[in-house]
Amino acid sequence: MSRYIPITPRDREEMLKALGLESEEELFRSIPPDLRGKGDIDIHPINSEAELREYFLSLSRDNTFQDKRIFLGGGAYHHYIPYAVDYLSSRSEFLTPYTPYQPEVSQGTLTATFEFQTYMAALTGLEVANASMYEGATATAEAALMALRIKRGNIAVASSLHPQYRQVLKTYLEKQGVDIVEVPFGEDGKTRLEHLRRFDNLSAFIVGYPNFFGVVEDLDAIQGVLKEKGALLVTSTWEALSLALIKPPGAFGAAIAAGEAQSLGLPLAYGGPYVGFFATLKKYVWKMPGRLAGMTRDSQGRRGFVLTLSAREQHIRRQRATSNICSNEAWCAIRVAIYLSLLGKKGLRNLALLNHRRAVFALDLLRQAGFKPSFSSPFFNEFAVDLGRDAEEFRRSLLSKGFVAGYPLGRDYPNLKNHLLLAFTEMTSREDIKALVKEMEALK
Amino acid sequence: MKVIFEYSREGKKGFHIEEEKGRDLLPEDLIRDEVEVLPEVSEREVVSHYLRLSVLNYSVDWGFYPLGSCTMKYNPKVNELVASLFTEAHPLLPEEMVQGYLRIFKDLEEALKEITGLHTFTLAPAAGAHGEFTGIITVKNYLEARGERREVVLIPDSAHGTNPATATLSGFRAVEIPSDEKGMIDLEKFKAALNDKVAALMLTNPNTLGIFEENIKEISRLLHGVGAFLYMDGANMNALLGQVKVADLGVDVIHLNLHKTFSTPHGGGGPGSGPVGVVEKLAPYLPGPRLVEKEGKLRWTGGLGRIRSFYGNFLVMVKALAYIKELGGKGLEEVSRIAVLNSRYLRKKLEGKFKVSYPTETLHEFVLSDETFRDKITTLDLAKRLLDYGFHPPTIYFPLIVHGALMIEPTETESRETLDAFAGAMEKILEEAEREPEVVKTAPHKTPVGRLDEVGAARRPILTWMQYLQEQDQS
Repeated sequence: MSRYIPITPRDREEMLKALGLESEEELFRSIPPDLRGKGDIDIHPINSEAELREYFLSLSRDNTFQDKRIFLGGGAYHHYIPYAVDYLSSRSEFLTPYTPYQPEVSQGTLTATFEFQTYMAALTGLEVANASMYEGATATAEAALMALRIKRGNIAVASSLHPQYRQVLKTYLEKQGVDIVEVPFGEDGKTRLEHLRRFDNLSAFIVGYPNFFGVVEDLDAIQGVLKEKGALLVTSTWEALSLALIKPPGAFGAAIAAGEAQSLGLPLAYGGPYVGFFATLKKYVWKMPGRLAGMTRDSQGRRGFVLTLSAREQHIRRQRATSNICSNEAWCAIRVAIYLSLLGKKGLRNLALLNHRRAVFALDLLRQAGFKPSFSSPFFNEFAVDLGRDAEEFRRSLLSKGFVAGYPLGRDYPNLKNHLLLAFTEMTSREDIKALVKEMEALK
Repeated sequence: MKVIFEYSREGKKGFHIEEEKGRDLLPEDLIRDEVEVLPEVSEREVVSHYLRLSVLNYSVDWGFYPLGSCTMKYNPKVNELVASLFTEAHPLLPEEMVQGYLRIFKDLEEALKEITGLHTFTLAPAAGAHGEFTGIITVKNYLEARGERREVVLIPDSAHGTNPATATLSGFRAVEIPSDEKGMIDLEKFKAALNDKVAALMLTNPNTLGIFEENIKEISRLLHGVGAFLYMDGANMNALLGQVKVADLGVDVIHLNLHKTFSTPHGGGGPGSGPVGVVEKLAPYLPGPRLVEKEGKLRWTGGLGRIRSFYGNFLVMVKALAYIKELGGKGLEEVSRIAVLNSRYLRKKLEGKFKVSYPTETLHEFVLSDETFRDKITTLDLAKRLLDYGFHPPTIYFPLIVHGALMIEPTETESRETLDAFAGAMEKILEEAEREPEVVKTAPHKTPVGRLDEVGAARRPILTWMQYLQEQDQS
């Protein structure tokens, strides 16, 4: 009997007897006989905890990235996580409850969720935010679907939006029969406004902020065009730390700011679990997807929190719900709340500045070495470099020197096959950056 | 209930960031002011704030959590340790550097194939509902490739709300099929609704009443006869491990919930993971990326579209794989045996005083109606009073087809003593409803807060601390 099952052989006998059954097989007699008893699973057990640990340890030894110097971003960023985040979030009380449908015994999760919503609304410069989405790409797709509920029409998307996010958007919208038009970027890496102007009958324009090349788009100019058309501005941010330094989408009149908050307290973990965020204006709150925690009072007038406005959701509204989302990333959102509480107002600002300055440091060194940035526009902690030769091949040569030198943009943009996307954070030291540039220069 | 913002005082800090010298390249007008609401709090205060919050939560590690169809089983601790070995890889690293990570995907895909008998799995979906979307659009991809336009997805009236919501999200129209007097899908009404406009039936099996859909094979045959597919919502797979192969039931697509059946923690509502398995003919129509193995090396490749960034909730997968590896095939079979034994035992204990919704035999869960107490207390009252006895209540008012429903799933990780104590508390509350109903109607009394004003919360929603401060200013 497994150590996770606290039923003794004697219990089994007595419980069966109480049910008037002869054998455990009879428990399953409601399954038709031709289907029953054919489910044998051929998987060998690993009986001891020590062996189980060893099995996974040996798998972890099959990875070879640990001693490499890595300059990857593109939707996931290596930031330091204060140990208190792991320590607190690994408490059983945060890790093992269900969705807080019984608020009287869920105030811990609900309060932290309310804090998360507050943080996301503040970072995006919008009025309300939900309790989380799966991750950045689905949050962005849900933002498009919500925009369509506010205003019918076509969805335009910047071709500089994260390529995976664009794919997800396409999958979600195509199935609903909605057309997507792509708006190209210009030589400065920003959305070409004259192209955006061409589209009529727009519901919304979705743009990365910063975009996939790390470029901080000119939201003011974009919003100018969209206002004329009566279309909504929707932003998507996958380096959430940037919002501690650059003007938030809300300041430019964005209707929805969606994105990925992995940067704020979640490990890279090969892509998940991460945590999507979703913020909008108060007037659109009934059109939002996902759960919302709201403040209220208990029977004695004390402050408390509950899940609210749930008549938008699938368990009440079924096929007319704003989304099918049920489980979200609640625990990840709690980690983000703890992370941001620790970093605080000054810490987060300093960290964002540090990230930006380290990227500027790298850019300056690269320039000195004779490399030029692909675009001359402002960036946060990530930018692209024009190598003047095939970036895949160039990166391969650097791999053998122990560097994972970013992401070759040609994988998603054939006309940028000579360009490499590089990200810099507090985890890429100045020494690492110097070493990288030296190797790059040698390869030139 | 204090929030972190109330501890803030200028000059405190919870984490030290060394100031970075160097120049900035952002134009002045692109730089924001400091984020005003972010607090300034010391690490010591942050730790005690969240520690104090945590103890206000009920959790599986604390006690019995018999939420129907949620499978709140114990979450093994070693799985957390194992997952902590795999937190560092960037998802865009070259595949040759992360073969250990990719092997975990592969091992888990193989294990789920073995458990269900289905041909191909994708592990990308982030949760059950996300799996539903993935599965249903896979069907849509298949139909579109053949130039078929089908508009309808059939869904029994006992289904979880995500099923009809998924049909809509996938661009189908949900059509509801009633249940019969046994609590199963009404076969005649199903037949009447079936035509060449139907793309699929989404069937939860065992269904949300805990009842095995005995006609499933016939249903599958009928669906296939009109070129439609059988989608199985695998939320209740904890009843079937090692008992049946899902593929033998005629199922074409299934989603599983790693956070239910395979023991990964729910985290207060997520992260989950909702792998999707399909039969061979649907495999080419799954969204990407797909994992392929060549000469012992694993790498990612295409697929039809994409349903999220990167590859899925990887750490959840590591924990689920650790669970499957530790238990093995026989252990998993035992899980279902005991899950069903526990459920049936508890049902038997409650049957005398409570009305079970349908007389049909149940598997891992069962549903009570409010018939024996509705003239004195409501289902909500009873649920809240259970909190005073130290139990998390069952799922309430679901499924919708049972009046005042209490949906109870004890899982295999509860002892007989716990089941007896829970049954005792349920009976005690019935007695209280008789003798002193006010105590029950005003419950809970022993929780950190009393019954909360949900109506008020929805009428004037306060969703952020900034909103609260504004309201304070105005009043």
